[in-house]
Amino acid sequence: MNNVIEESKTPLKARVLTGPQAGVSMSALHGSIKVKDLNFYYGEHQALKNVSMTIEPNQIVAMIGPSGCGKSTLIRIFNRMNDLIPSTRVEGEVLVDGVDIYDNNTDVVSLRRKVGMVFQKSTPFPKSIYENIAYGLKIVGVKDHRILNEIVEKSLKRAALWNEVKDHLNKSAMSLSGGQQQRLCIARAIAVDPEIILMDEPCSALDPIATSLIELLMGTLKEEYTIVIVTHNMQQAGRVSDKTAFLMHGQIIEFSKTKDFFTNPSSKITEDYITGRFG
Amino acid sequence: MVCHQGAGTGDQMKGIIHTAFERTRLRRAIWDRVMAFILTLCALLILFILLNILTHLFVQGFSSLNWDFFTQLPKPVGEKGGGMVNAIAGTFTLLGLAVCVGVPIGLGAGVYLSEYADQHFAQVVRFVADVMNGIPSIVYGIFAYIVCVLPMKSFSALSGGFALGIMMVPMITRTSEQFVRMVPSQLREAGLALGVPKWRVTVDIVIPSALAGITTGIMVALARVAGETAPLLFTAFGNHYWQRSLTQPIAALPLQVFTYAIAPFNDWHRQAWAGAIVLILMVLMINGWAQFYVMSRNRWSSGK
Repeated sequence: MNNVIEESKTPLKARVLTGPQAGVSMSALHGSIKVKDLNFYYGEHQALKNVSMTIEPNQIVAMIGPSGCGKSTLIRIFNRMNDLIPSTRVEGEVLVDGVDIYDNNTDVVSLRRKVGMVFQKSTPFPKSIYENIAYGLKIVGVKDHRILNEIVEKSLKRAALWNEVKDHLNKSAMSLSGGQQQRLCIARAIAVDPEIILMDEPCSALDPIATSLIELLMGTLKEEYTIVIVTHNMQQAGRVSDKTAFLMHGQIIEFSKTKDFFTNPSSKITEDYITGRFG
Repeated sequence: MVCHQGAGTGDQMKGIIHTAFERTRLRRAIWDRVMAFILTLCALLILFILLNILTHLFVQGFSSLNWDFFTQLPKPVGEKGGGMVNAIAGTFTLLGLAVCVGVPIGLGAGVYLSEYADQHFAQVVRFVADVMNGIPSIVYGIFAYIVCVLPMKSFSALSGGFALGIMMVPMITRTSEQFVRMVPSQLREAGLALGVPKWRVTVDIVIPSALAGITTGIMVALARVAGETAPLLFTAFGNHYWQRSLTQPIAALPLQVFTYAIAPFNDWHRQAWAGAIVLILMVLMINGWAQFYVMSRNRWSSGK
């Protein structure tokens, strides 16, 4: 446990002290996901079948597919969020930065620090805006107020929320609007300096203006992070992502460059789905 | 053919139902009125009982409710005046001790049941807590007598606080479990996804989210034990004088009311009434404070 704290403390400080440029080059080396022959079961029910895919650093990968196709299950594999559900079973290999995350030696807590997540429903903690962002850092063991203030400000700026909240950082995070709350959650996720950010339908509860803000944000965030987003909205996948994966019945039907995916799908099922013939 | 026959019987049925309906129309209307009347009467009876208690209390005790009552020690029989300041302070002491015993155990057990317990075990603990809620309060007194008073060889504030605290445990366990369970699971996931260990998520995020409910539960439990007499009879025991030591017998409002009410002196009866009023006001204050706390917390959360 102590090791974990020491480990994650250093890059944080290094990053703040040496400025954002150092951060960019650092995370450029990290943030890859490799999935090999993955099978996943909820009890008897197999939710993912023979999934293999490679996600490269600093890319936005969108996952689309009909409800129940397994896209949320897949994204929750990457930070082992499915561990919380009893009687689930994983077969195959999932490598984050070349390390098997389902290995017995993997520390889930440090994995989740590396792989952040933003949920469908915004989940501000019952704390002030400032505390929401600083919380993850304080847990890691950052105590210096100057550093905390600096990271809080930087994270809120990165999440395009700073100007709206800078004058009332001590107000409850619950008082923010839905779109603001979601950006707060993004700021909170990037504050602990992850390499990968998972987004599980981050805009499905937001109005179009808030949605476009978040999409804009994702474009700038990918310079530093790898982003995996699950979305029901195919236009959104087309707008924001570099690569798109289409899942059905727990299998990856197609996984290709977004441009090719939507203009020239190689599979008939994909074509039917994106043209709205089903799903 | 079959269809036609069916329709015929259908018409017959309709006729029968219709006549029955007409025949009983008056009876149903009367019963409807009667039942509504009885239920209204029950509701009014509750209000009547409460009002009756309150007016009685105030009529009998208001004259003794003066500054002295809150500042003076009891006077010997025959002397006018005097107060119950020692009993009021004693009750606060006992409640403070009870909170020290009841809240950590009750809250801990409630959080455990909601966040950690295996479902079968949780079922058992829940059942036990419900049984404990139903145990007569004097039994808690006997328990505290055996566990605290006998080993310490003295009645004491500590044993009284212990008895009240143990009484609070099952109530707090049940309410805090309920409110902690109501915290949306996404909030827990969000904490875990940030790389926060589970116990920190529980302490920093889950419990604060449920705090308004938990506090209300604690206050309700506190208000309930504040008026208990039986568990204090052979633990706190009562005292006519100031007692600053926690290991010595201490006065408590309900005990003092009890002693004064069964005594054969009119002065004491009036004081007992006044004590009862203070007790009720205390309970009201505790509940009112809880309400205020919950409201102000909600106001902060919603940012107004």
